[in-house]
Amino acid sequence: MTAPLPAQAPAVLPPAFARWFATRGWRPRAHQLALLDLARAGQSALLIAPTGAGKTLAGFLPSLVDLAENPPAAPALHTLYISPLKALAVDVKRNLEIPIAEMGLDIAIETRTGDTPQNRRLRQRHTPPSILMTTPEQLALLLSYSDAPKFFAALSCIVLDELHALANSKRGDLLSLGLARLARLAPAARRVGLSATVAEPDALRRYLMPQPPEGESLAEIVVAPPGAAPEIGIVAMGLPDEEGGEARIPWSGHSARHALPAVYEAIRQNRIVLVFVNTRSQAEFVFQELWRLNDDALPIALHHGSLAAEARRKVEAAMSAGTLRAVVCTSTLDLGIDWGEVDLVVNMGAPKGASRLLQRIGRANHRLDEPSRALLVPANRFEVLECEAARAAAFEGAQDGMVARQGALDVLAQHILGCGCSQPFDPGDLYAEVRSAAPYRALTRDDFDRVVDFVATGGYALKSYDRFARLRPNAKLEGDMRLRASSPAVVQQYRMNVGTIVEAPMLKVRMIRRGGRRPVGGMGGRYLGEIEEYFIDQLSPGDTFLFAGHILRFEGLAETEALVTKSQSGEPMIPSYYGGKFPLSTYLAARVRRMLAHKPEWRHLPPQVREWLEMQSWRSVLPGENDLLVECFPRGDKYYLVCYPFEGRLAHQTLGMLLTRRLDRAGARPMGFVASEYALAIWCLRDPGLMHERHELPLGELFAQDMLGDDLDAWLAESSLLKRTFRDCAIIAGLIERRYPGHEKSGRQVTFSSDLIYNVLREHEPDHILLRATFNDAATGLLDIARVAAMLKRIRGRIVLKRLDRVSPLAVPVLLDIGKVQVDGEASEALLSEAADKLIEEATRLV
Amino acid sequence: MQTLREKHFHLETQPTLAVCGVAFDLTPEGAAFLAAERLLVVADLHLEKGSAYAARGIALPPYDTRATLARLEDLIARFRPRAVVALGDSFHDARADSRMAPEDAAHLARLTRTRDWIWIAGNHDPAPPPQFGGEIMEEFHLGPLTFRHEPRAAPATGEVAGHLHPCAAVRVRGRRLRRRCYASDGTRMVLPAFGAYAGGLNVLDCAFDDLLPGLDFHAWMMGGRTVVPVAARRLEVD
Repeated sequence: MTAPLPAQAPAVLPPAFARWFATRGWRPRAHQLALLDLARAGQSALLIAPTGAGKTLAGFLPSLVDLAENPPAAPALHTLYISPLKALAVDVKRNLEIPIAEMGLDIAIETRTGDTPQNRRLRQRHTPPSILMTTPEQLALLLSYSDAPKFFAALSCIVLDELHALANSKRGDLLSLGLARLARLAPAARRVGLSATVAEPDALRRYLMPQPPEGESLAEIVVAPPGAAPEIGIVAMGLPDEEGGEARIPWSGHSARHALPAVYEAIRQNRIVLVFVNTRSQAEFVFQELWRLNDDALPIALHHGSLAAEARRKVEAAMSAGTLRAVVCTSTLDLGIDWGEVDLVVNMGAPKGASRLLQRIGRANHRLDEPSRALLVPANRFEVLECEAARAAAFEGAQDGMVARQGALDVLAQHILGCGCSQPFDPGDLYAEVRSAAPYRALTRDDFDRVVDFVATGGYALKSYDRFARLRPNAKLEGDMRLRASSPAVVQQYRMNVGTIVEAPMLKVRMIRRGGRRPVGGMGGRYLGEIEEYFIDQLSPGDTFLFAGHILRFEGLAETEALVTKSQSGEPMIPSYYGGKFPLSTYLAARVRRMLAHKPEWRHLPPQVREWLEMQSWRSVLPGENDLLVECFPRGDKYYLVCYPFEGRLAHQTLGMLLTRRLDRAGARPMGFVASEYALAIWCLRDPGLMHERHELPLGELFAQDMLGDDLDAWLAESSLLKRTFRDCAIIAGLIERRYPGHEKSGRQVTFSSDLIYNVLREHEPDHILLRATFNDAATGLLDIARVAAMLKRIRGRIVLKRLDRVSPLAVPVLLDIGKVQVDGEASEALLSEAADKLIEEATRLV
Repeated sequence: MQTLREKHFHLETQPTLAVCGVAFDLTPEGAAFLAAERLLVVADLHLEKGSAYAARGIALPPYDTRATLARLEDLIARFRPRAVVALGDSFHDARADSRMAPEDAAHLARLTRTRDWIWIAGNHDPAPPPQFGGEIMEEFHLGPLTFRHEPRAAPATGEVAGHLHPCAAVRVRGRRLRRRCYASDGTRMVLPAFGAYAGGLNVLDCAFDDLLPGLDFHAWMMGGRTVVPVAARRLEVD
């Protein structure tokens, strides 16, 4: 900032600091001084500030002042900084070193991440730096050492960066438990949370503070003035087609291929552009297509989490050096790392959430007083509506609400084992400590004891593992019933498995020479990165697909590597699924419904989309703001039921599974369904609309909330959907060991055996605590049951049925998805039989 | 009509595999029944695999033994065999019996008491615990057939073995299915592992090269309700 200097530096800053601000031509901002005042009063605080407001410096300034005024006599940890990304920790350290060096302060500042060498980690425990930058997982590890009380004894401040991104997740649960432990070890340490704007800051204020047994405790809050409102454009349609005709906005699909010429044009007209996409496969596709258009050979790069680390670092370095014009990236670049002079953010597809959009827009232009610029690129007509809703929300600074999170039980299990590794603990004391963490406020003593029991012996009703217990009463003192890890091997096991991020099983992708089945002489080919095992599972040798910016030909598997060659074909054979992994947020969904229902709001929409909606209101009806529109019509030899809940693909899939069960029971003979972000279509051999009118199957009953009882249980009992979730919970809870590089177990074997364990556990102890953790996870994640429940409640008595003689305009997009989306789940039995049918002859010949 | 006939094939007929002319009914649970002799054959029960992991600090649910035994009891009730042959690795390790829950041990003893029972010795259980009854043998011969734990290099005509935990993967309409399987070329057979926690090894793995050379064999893949023969050349590697 180059604002004029005040006549006097504010008295609150020590002279050395005031001089430093002055030499930089800055003055301290009000929120920076407010945090300093609060720190002097020993108060914890949440700082909410937009990007570019000097948030990080605000968080550290009180620590720097304190360390400058009261230099420690011996090395001791003064300030602990925790960030969701290790790259961010490294970046922030670099930024903080500048004022420390320029003021000539003698303050030791270091990072500690998974990349920190073993000898330095050891040294850090004996001779800690004054300021340590680390991650939630490393904090958990530090707390698990027996010398943790000594290590944290002098701690005076904890800075939590990007708290909005951390708090509402399993990692946030782990961190909250670590904070509860720190409240015991260093009760005087104040906490500072740094956050982007959020809808409910009180949730974060609560998260920061140890909660008392009754009532609640909130950290102080400091809100920096917002920056200039962003300028957001929407690419409503592609450039005119080659014959000069008007370009059409696609009815369905997620590729946004039609709009890529416009995106390329935007890259040409700006200096540095970040192109955000929602999935890795989409990143590959957009990157490929942009290069196809790249007649000017602009330096356009690709960045996503599956690329080899070296390739990513190269892109990051080029980005910082300003030698790139555009980077196509996934959410790996969402968070606050400073990438220099980005002047435009392009968001491919719909943003899915108002807060995510604001975060991404914040990547452009780190100067507060100038508006950030963004371009939204909807891929289809519904996404045009969603982009409009998101633009309006961003203009108002509106944010998505956060559903208050219940602390996960698998994370608690991991934490309890960590506590037992550090010091003997009394379960009653630990229960009180755990409940002081906001996410675990509602934890019952019974559940806590069951988790302790799970950690100790597996917690099974069949008590056969007592002699193998991982937690045992402390044997050192007579009658001491406090629990501790039973052996060094248990401690070792904990340290190897710490953390809440469970990666999907990945395979290395290696480029080999054409014709060579394997890399020659063990020399290996070029390592391109890692790809999800489930994706490779669907490939046959010879199939082509997009990865690392190339069209690759799959040659086969060799142990844990997928071998590929460069393909000469112009089109990849296996299209990746472009649906986003983030579901449409509840807040944006409500805005889209409101926009549909209120015709005056259509004036911002492109004519094609307006015509589409007009046609819908003429042919059928538009869904009311709080209604559920259900359309029934014949098509081919089937009857379709299409409804429009706008609750996201995951919730719609769950709803589809449950509705087809009910339709089947009522005799409607459902044959299949397809779910999109906005709608759900089910096709049947009988007409559900007619069945409703004859009172055979009233829609009110079909959509009744009780489907989440027995129907859900029955479906889950035969569904394979929970198995993946179970595997993650089992790994986090420490039941199944993680994979490590060089470990002989491949992910495939882990998945296989965790399925077997799931089957046996579900059959013999269905109310086991780990199955409950699995269900809770699925309910908020994969199945989104919470959202289905809220929707069913909202639409009770508000179902609008429209019986039509043919498909409605609004139903076209979801019907176009039929056949594109692979319906997973129950069909595998039938498929296996199909393999047999073709083989009956062969089989009989054999006998 | 078509649908009805298919149903009949899948649900009513027990698929039959002949090894050296001796017909076995293959069950989707993973046991082979030699109807002519009323002999039920199972492989690799791995009883107490769960508690073996628990002893190493991984507290897998302690219900694998009862899950395995319950499945075995169902098959015994269905086929009423004169004898049961367990093809080795019936017990996960030498101390399996000491870790077994008393009710599971009683259940197993009840099963072995009421009919002839042959424990073939395996590498996990070279000396199966004697207290469950039954006869312990290295090999067992019946007509052209030899029952043993570890299959030998071809030709091993008439051999019925376990040990390798065969499974197979096939692609149908783009979907990949991976299942436990029986592997046979008509001269010999490798049974799938029966134990609830037993993993699988792909039949295209090189461990099978010496047993079933080339691709001239079938994997009889276990579905939920049926067993499906798939030619080896249609299978996929892992």
